[in-house]
Amino acid sequence: MTDLLRVRGVTISYPTENGLFTAVDDVTFSVGRGEKFILLGPSGCGKSTLLKSVAGFMPPARGTVELDGRSVSRPGPDRVVVFQEFDQLLPWKTVLGNVVYPLRVAKRMDEAAARREAERFLGMVGLDRFADSYPHQLSGGMKQRAAIARSLALDPAMLLMDEPFASLDALTRRKMQEELLTIWEATRKTILFVTHSIQEAVILGDRILILSRGPGRVRRLVDNPAAGQRDTDAALAMQREIQETLGE
Amino acid sequence: MTSLWRRPAVRKTVIVLALLVVWEAVTRWAASPLLFPTASSVLAAFGRSIVNGEVPGYAAQSLKVLLTGMAIGGALALALTTVAVTTRIGAEFLETVTAMFNPLPAIALMPLALLWFGLGVKSLIFVIIHSVLWPMSLNTYTGFVTVPQTLRRVGQNFGLSGWRLVAGILLPAAFPYILSGIKIGWAFAWRTIIAAEMVFGVAGSQGGLGWFIYQNRFEMNTDLVFAGLLTVILIGLLVENLFFKWLERKTVLRWGMSAAH
Repeated sequence: MTDLLRVRGVTISYPTENGLFTAVDDVTFSVGRGEKFILLGPSGCGKSTLLKSVAGFMPPARGTVELDGRSVSRPGPDRVVVFQEFDQLLPWKTVLGNVVYPLRVAKRMDEAAARREAERFLGMVGLDRFADSYPHQLSGGMKQRAAIARSLALDPAMLLMDEPFASLDALTRRKMQEELLTIWEATRKTILFVTHSIQEAVILGDRILILSRGPGRVRRLVDNPAAGQRDTDAALAMQREIQETLGE
Repeated sequence: MTSLWRRPAVRKTVIVLALLVVWEAVTRWAASPLLFPTASSVLAAFGRSIVNGEVPGYAAQSLKVLLTGMAIGGALALALTTVAVTTRIGAEFLETVTAMFNPLPAIALMPLALLWFGLGVKSLIFVIIHSVLWPMSLNTYTGFVTVPQTLRRVGQNFGLSGWRLVAGILLPAAFPYILSGIKIGWAFAWRTIIAAEMVFGVAGSQGGLGWFIYQNRFEMNTDLVFAGLLTVILIGLLVENLFFKWLERKTVLRWGMSAAH
């Protein structure tokens, strides 16, 4: 497996009222092509900050982020972010318009091609019947599905998912995890996924990077043989193991 | 009957009719037609001046000047706020000049406008621009800075930056604020132009509604003065209740973006 993303010695700090705050300290990891890679840790461990740095929103104070050998310095459509917040959809565009618009501006597709592509991915996430709805008419789960369809349509080198299911109710969340796995089977997109849920990490991740709190440092990198499984013996054993690492 | 009475529009119509009746009765009984004409004579004068094309002509002139001023003011507000939201010095510039000029009534600038532009449409446009630029800039800027960070980042993620981010994301995301800025701008501009036309009078061949009112006072056509005032009220109501309501239905209501304030 060749590495797509290389994060080396990354330290991220930003000014606050009480001086410079170091959110992430000297973190190194690599994500392979087609891999589902999880950043897991308690809240305040800097995992979201780390993802924002990969996205190009927060340049690291030290260290490098490289995608496919090229240094990342700014946001771009080769690394599309699915945010936790429901307001990531443009409220003034329909669901279809939300997928078409970035294809027009980022990929310079013509209207007809963008529409075709958008319809294909809305079909993939099961939103074809809601193409003409406005975001405020959708449930939280549907909004996140639309955001995923929008990200996939852009055909990025990797998908950056920042706790995308954290604001959903338990049942919807479970369903979305299954759907993400199905989508990944179909597309084999490289995914960097941030979560604080151990269970979610074990279901989704091929590998899981466990971060410790304040400032975020690498605790342990685990291979997850139970990827794609829920409540199996292997999955439960994996969850226990991670729990113990975090509890140390 | 009772179900009809429950509708606010019906009750408001009744209030207007009652006011007209009181007006008619009081003026017939106690007022001089030169100072306070009866409701019926005002309505008749209003009807006559509509039919003979006089009032529509004056109103069209006022609206033309007003829309020109609002368009220029709006474009300037957009340029100012775009610079303000993309650079720090631009933000400080905008904050300083709006703080300075916003409290200054447009009417107070009229002597200066006369000095600079003379009697005429240019002076009118100048004071209209002043009356709309600051409130529209303030609202647009507030709209821009309150756009959720997630939406900005979504735009940046699409590779947008600078004015493309402003046009593609910030402008529509701030639209509830911009719309309320336009509404405030309209209200200021409409009041300003009527007042300013009384000072500047007629420019070229056609004057505006303010001039119509002023001129008829001069000739003691009090019923036409009232007809002019009635026109000012009616146009204000039509724009606020029909045009802006329609625009809101087409935009912020449809998008589920609650009006900012």
